[in-house]
Amino acid sequence: MTDEHTLAGAGAGEARTPARYAYYPGCSLHGTSREFDESLRAVAAALGVSLTEIPDWSCCGASSGHTTDHMLGVALPARNLAIAEEQGFDQVLAPCAACYNRLSAARLAVDTEAGFAERVPEIIGRPFANSVEVHNAVELLRDAAPAIEEKVAAALVPNPLDGVKLAAYYGCLLVRPFEVCGYDDPERPTSMDEVIAACGAEPVDWNMKVECCGGSFSVSRTASVVRLGRSIIEDARANGAEAIVVACPLCHSNLDLRQKAMVQRGSRPMPVLFVTQLVGLALGLTPVELGMPRHFVNTEPFLADLVQRAAERVAAEQKVKEEAAAKAAARREKAGV
Amino acid sequence: MSAHPRTLAAEIHDATGVNAATCYQCGKCSAGCPMASESDLRPHNVMRLVIQDRRDKALSDQSIWLCLTCETCSARCPNACDPARVIDALREMSLDAGVADLPRTIGAFHKAFLEQIRSNGRLHEMGMVMEYKLRSGELMKDVANAPGMLSRGKLSLRADRIDGVDEIKRIFEKCGVTP
Amino acid sequence: MSRIGVFVCHCGENIARTVDVAAVAEAIKDHPGVAFATDYKYMCSDPGQTMVKEAIEEHKLTGVVIAACSPHMHERTFRRACDQAGLNKYMCEMANIREHCSWIHEDRADATAKAIDIARTIVEKVKHNKPLESIRIPVTKRALVIGGGIAGIQAALDIADGGHQVVLIEKEASIGGHMSQLSETFPTLDCSQCILTPRMVEAYQHPNITLHTWSEVEKVDGYIGNFEVTIRKKARSVNEDLCNGCGDCQAACPAKRIPSEFEAGLGMRTAIYVPFPQAVPNIPVLDRQNCTLYKGRRKGLAKDACGKCKEACLKGAIDYDTEDTFIKEDIGAIVVATGFQLYSIGREQPEGLKGYGEYGYGEVPDVIDGLQFERLASASGPTAGAILRPSDGKEPTTVVFVHCVGSRDPEKGMKYCSKICCMYNAKHAMLYKHKVHEGRAVAFYMDIRAAGKGYDEFSRRAIEEDQAEYIRGRVSRIYRDGGKVKVWGYDTLSQEQVVIDADMVVLATAIRPQPGVEQLAQTLSISYDENGFINEAHPKLRPVETNTAGVFVAGACQAPRDIPDSVAMASAAGAKVMSLFSADELEREPAVAVVNENTCIGCMNCANVCAYGAIEQREICTVDGQVCGHVAYVNPGVCQGCGTCQAVCLSKSVELQTFTDEQVYSEINALCFWE
Repeated sequence: MTDEHTLAGAGAGEARTPARYAYYPGCSLHGTSREFDESLRAVAAALGVSLTEIPDWSCCGASSGHTTDHMLGVALPARNLAIAEEQGFDQVLAPCAACYNRLSAARLAVDTEAGFAERVPEIIGRPFANSVEVHNAVELLRDAAPAIEEKVAAALVPNPLDGVKLAAYYGCLLVRPFEVCGYDDPERPTSMDEVIAACGAEPVDWNMKVECCGGSFSVSRTASVVRLGRSIIEDARANGAEAIVVACPLCHSNLDLRQKAMVQRGSRPMPVLFVTQLVGLALGLTPVELGMPRHFVNTEPFLADLVQRAAERVAAEQKVKEEAAAKAAARREKAGV
Repeated sequence: MSAHPRTLAAEIHDATGVNAATCYQCGKCSAGCPMASESDLRPHNVMRLVIQDRRDKALSDQSIWLCLTCETCSARCPNACDPARVIDALREMSLDAGVADLPRTIGAFHKAFLEQIRSNGRLHEMGMVMEYKLRSGELMKDVANAPGMLSRGKLSLRADRIDGVDEIKRIFEKCGVTP
Repeated sequence: MSRIGVFVCHCGENIARTVDVAAVAEAIKDHPGVAFATDYKYMCSDPGQTMVKEAIEEHKLTGVVIAACSPHMHERTFRRACDQAGLNKYMCEMANIREHCSWIHEDRADATAKAIDIARTIVEKVKHNKPLESIRIPVTKRALVIGGGIAGIQAALDIADGGHQVVLIEKEASIGGHMSQLSETFPTLDCSQCILTPRMVEAYQHPNITLHTWSEVEKVDGYIGNFEVTIRKKARSVNEDLCNGCGDCQAACPAKRIPSEFEAGLGMRTAIYVPFPQAVPNIPVLDRQNCTLYKGRRKGLAKDACGKCKEACLKGAIDYDTEDTFIKEDIGAIVVATGFQLYSIGREQPEGLKGYGEYGYGEVPDVIDGLQFERLASASGPTAGAILRPSDGKEPTTVVFVHCVGSRDPEKGMKYCSKICCMYNAKHAMLYKHKVHEGRAVAFYMDIRAAGKGYDEFSRRAIEEDQAEYIRGRVSRIYRDGGKVKVWGYDTLSQEQVVIDADMVVLATAIRPQPGVEQLAQTLSISYDENGFINEAHPKLRPVETNTAGVFVAGACQAPRDIPDSVAMASAAGAKVMSLFSADELEREPAVAVVNENTCIGCMNCANVCAYGAIEQREICTVDGQVCGHVAYVNPGVCQGCGTCQAVCLSKSVELQTFTDEQVYSEINALCFWE
């Protein structure tokens, strides 16, 4: 049992993560955020984590569910947890921040609200013991940070992310409410920053880490999203970020698809990457594998620039090595060795 | 002695466990609310309506539908009054009472979203957006983005109906929700 | 033959509304041993007590039972009355028919029957009462004051002026406490040090006060009037008798960049230092944590890495090899005056508290707290009294003052109001505006608490005369935005979000007790509340006493408090100490355990269970002085009358006076056998 729970590649004594998850992609990862799903699967494979999609999974209800009916907002996610339980899993991976939040909130509701432990199984028509744990992609990657660092160091290709300044944008649902999420500080979280650092990049200190992007108003009240997104992008830029890293399909969509409306014409675009894409790049996976061409804010120039800078760094290091070797040879000659 | 009707505060307490009287109207929630500039009622105003038993205004104001459920208010409230949860409960109550005043586009979105889930089990985004446009009247919404979405493989044309869609219909029925 | 008088009290409506008091008196008057029974509206009143005294005389009573409230309320009152009438006061008992009967039942018939039972029970007990005399114990007329802030200094001066010895100990290098850090005090805007330092010097020079700074309480044994206190005098490395306060050592010290605790982190000090120029005593201490020489020693260096202060000292007062010393003092009374510390908003917090992530966890340089602002404003501070930003030393043109940071915030772990912050915020706004005339002072508040004399007027001055902008609403976020500090607040009165680009933010953080107070409380056997504040004996009527006899409390260690209230409380504690010292002997209740040496088998079970260490072994000798055995002996001065020894005694040799087995069994019998 212990072996199954060690992360492939991680040494003894390093962070251990379960290597087997029931996978809950959620509706967005099959649609508008396909690249989150693609990059997550690619990175999971590289890290030795097995993902088994929950059979016949259904929508968690996102905002519209709990916003209009409390029990609906609990029952819809609970159905998926019940299926995972039935399949014999004890961990679920839900990369979408909203799905993660709803699944976790459902767990808390069944655990703490009077009568829910009896009513919810009855409503979903399935037995439900509330035994499955729910995790998101950031948690998974944070726990795998030592393994990621090791792999990045061992990679043959120079790490294009070395020293690149990135803003970790958590948004709302990954960290609030603390009683539901609980794995990081809700005001100044650090889990995604740790992942960025493990990839060799530099997470910047900035102010909009947990401020809302406008979430589900993306379609129904876009003007609000533009207003909120603008202050997020501007703050990231003011604090030196070259790109923003997210772990939520809606945050990505709001900051990527709708970025043109938020920024001044002619200003430098701010690429928005999924945290899984970031880790994939550090591990040497290709942008195509990671779904990067699917973004609206073109990532090609950004990535090309990173590759060039990495090549320049390598060249500079090589030059220093050669000069040092030449000097050493000259000294030996002089000494007549 | 006639039975007194239940106060709004008592109903909210039953539904959420929140004691609205613990709100001392400090305004910290509203100071950090991302939608405050667009709403008539801010989170602490809503809490005040609850404790004042002003049911009509609390249930029929549009402001409760402008809430983003970002949970910032609840995270920072010094008394754990959980305004986000209270506003959730007020929305549910306003729908049950038939007095909800949803802004047109937001109402259309919720309806379209929930109807999609109810009929397919999962969100078919294309179908949802079409239904949204019909309900909201925003026929040209994101039309400019559609080609881009399609070419990037972000929009599937086929609905993704799950096998257990009857289970979903049953859940909606048992919760008494008709989108 | 018992002749017991029973007096049943109406207590106004408190008892009479539920219990038929006349019926109780009527029922009890025929009980065997009862010579007189009556009822009356207010037994504790003057006529009521007179009634008791007259009845004692008229009916030649041998015992008195007052069926009324709890003995906690009036046992003392009635016992005094009996004493005045010539009846031994321990022949008087109270039967509680209020807290134990009328206040907790509703049915009149049931309550009355129960009241009769209770009265009867106590009558039966009193039949077994013995006349007792108070125990007298000697009093050491020396007080210990723990804490050398304004409260401690005041208490020490009052007791010393009253002619008694005082030992004043302070854990820092100088007395003065937080008041010495303040710039000006409300509501008069007096210079704080100007009014404080004369008191400090007076305390230092007073012939009756022995001052130990850089010292802490190590151990406390004993009991009221007879404490034995061990004081740890921490190693100063400077001989207090030789040092003349010249300051050469500080000038010579190479370690100059240690954040100064006195400057609240805004200024630096050296490793050998006097905390501030007006320190009392003006004798430095060597901070061994940060001293180059000591760091070297800890690393195991063969040769000492520095010795500059010792070289510079012309008096030869510096000795690197001193150790902590221990001083034992005989003490009669203790006053706890350890003061407060400010809550910090940082990420690391003691258990039960949370930091303010939304305000940056203390990582934004231009967000400071009240004591730091005091140091900025202070003429002797790190900026010579100029209000300057810690980040770049520039003068701020907009300063935001935030009330209630931590206070009144159950989610952060502090439900209480810190009382003084509304006042010092007004003061800070005023000081800022006096120094930066064109500056903008904005205060975010919830309520204004300005209840003292001249306080409301003072806080209005800040608004009306100095144009401070007061906005009612709490702040959601504070963060660094380029060179500014962004503040997201709300104006609940005009209903709008308010965003301010401040140059500096001053947080009014909560008042908390000093660290280490819990251990000190345990050393003294006194209790503290959930917030760590020392508990008073009774919140209304005994505010300066603790539950441990002989230990008093004064100042902010008991609850957040301003200077005038701290001084008043200190004088009150001083008065209590003086009253304790006014007699050469203390009277103690004789409710202590007594061992019958004839039947005691010397198993010492009692000593093992005594929580107060009151039982000793005493040798029994034959007539020619040979030790032939031992018995237990209860020290009447230490015994607290808990009765545990009586419960475990194998030979039934220990009796707790006023609760002997006979007395207790008679009560039980009365309940069981009488209808």
